[in-house]
Amino acid sequence: MSLSTLIVPALLCATAVFAMRRRVDAYAALCRGAEEGLSALVRIFPSLVALLTAVYLFRASGATAFLGRALSPVLTLLGIPPETAPLLLIRPISGSGALAVGSELMETYGPDSHIGRVAAVMLGSSETTFYTVAVYFGAAGIRKTRHTIPAALCADLTMFFTSALAVRVLFGS
Amino acid sequence: MAMARLWTGMVVLSFFFAALSGNLSLLGPAALEGASAAVQLCISMAGILCLWSGVMELMNQCGLSSLLARAFRPLLRRLLPQSSRDPEVLAAVSANLSANMLGLGNAATPLGIRACRAMARGCGGVASDDLCLLVVLNTASIQLLPTTVAGVRGALGAADPFDILPAVWLTSLVSLAAGLAAAKLLARLYP
Repeated sequence: MSLSTLIVPALLCATAVFAMRRRVDAYAALCRGAEEGLSALVRIFPSLVALLTAVYLFRASGATAFLGRALSPVLTLLGIPPETAPLLLIRPISGSGALAVGSELMETYGPDSHIGRVAAVMLGSSETTFYTVAVYFGAAGIRKTRHTIPAALCADLTMFFTSALAVRVLFGS
Repeated sequence: MAMARLWTGMVVLSFFFAALSGNLSLLGPAALEGASAAVQLCISMAGILCLWSGVMELMNQCGLSSLLARAFRPLLRRLLPQSSRDPEVLAAVSANLSANMLGLGNAATPLGIRACRAMARGCGGVASDDLCLLVVLNTASIQLLPTTVAGVRGALGAADPFDILPAVWLTSLVSLAAGLAAAKLLARLYP
């Protein structure tokens, strides 16, 4: 039994007990949060339909394989599976697009395969860089963003590299 | 508009590639398959996503987020030396980060915007070093439980949807450190 199989039941139990001690209505809070999860799902559903259609078209046309082949020398050198090339390109631009590309990768290669895990870790450890920058600077009325985008892309590049490395080290490949 | 360009680009490129490689007959079925894959994915990940959103909301109501926010303050005073002198900004930034850690995007964004607005006051549309750093912090993911990804993995039949957690934490930490270091170093190059 691994640590992560204990995480789910232990977290549920600990949170429930903690809530009782703090006299928080655990059931009401759970339901409210679940409702928010559902509305998040409803929000991403239409874009997921649109984007998964595009992703499946892209794969069927052979464009995905071409992209992988074109980028594969660099990616292989960095230890990143070339199959994840489309995910690298879309991740900073679109959250739901990345979710569509990533879930397609997990489905094709299997969620417990090396590629599937790398895709999952990439999705789980990054945000949609350009969207975040646009929202925050837009709201603050900033026109000169200075070094923000280069620094954020530095973090994204490191993230891609580290995702592949972490999966290789922690799961063996 | 950006999404429209992305989507159109993908569809047009697919048509172009399929025509070149003689795969045009595969496109029609692929489009239908993609659309129904989205439906299946959403339905089968709904349970795990709702459950964990619920647990995160419960943790939030128990005061975990304010606990986290308090823990962040000493670190933020070092990272944002100028703006953390304003207690209102410090409170908003630390609440923004703790909401991000719990994956409460709806709560995190307004808090982050409030902090950004306060930090941008009187700067004439040019981002300060601290403001750039705050945005870089928000473009990196610090979410403790990536519930959406776990939902997708669960929906696709992963043996243990959360077994990627250590890898996700490691990757988030390393990329966050790289982003912060890059922001501190690059700040000098952009007057």
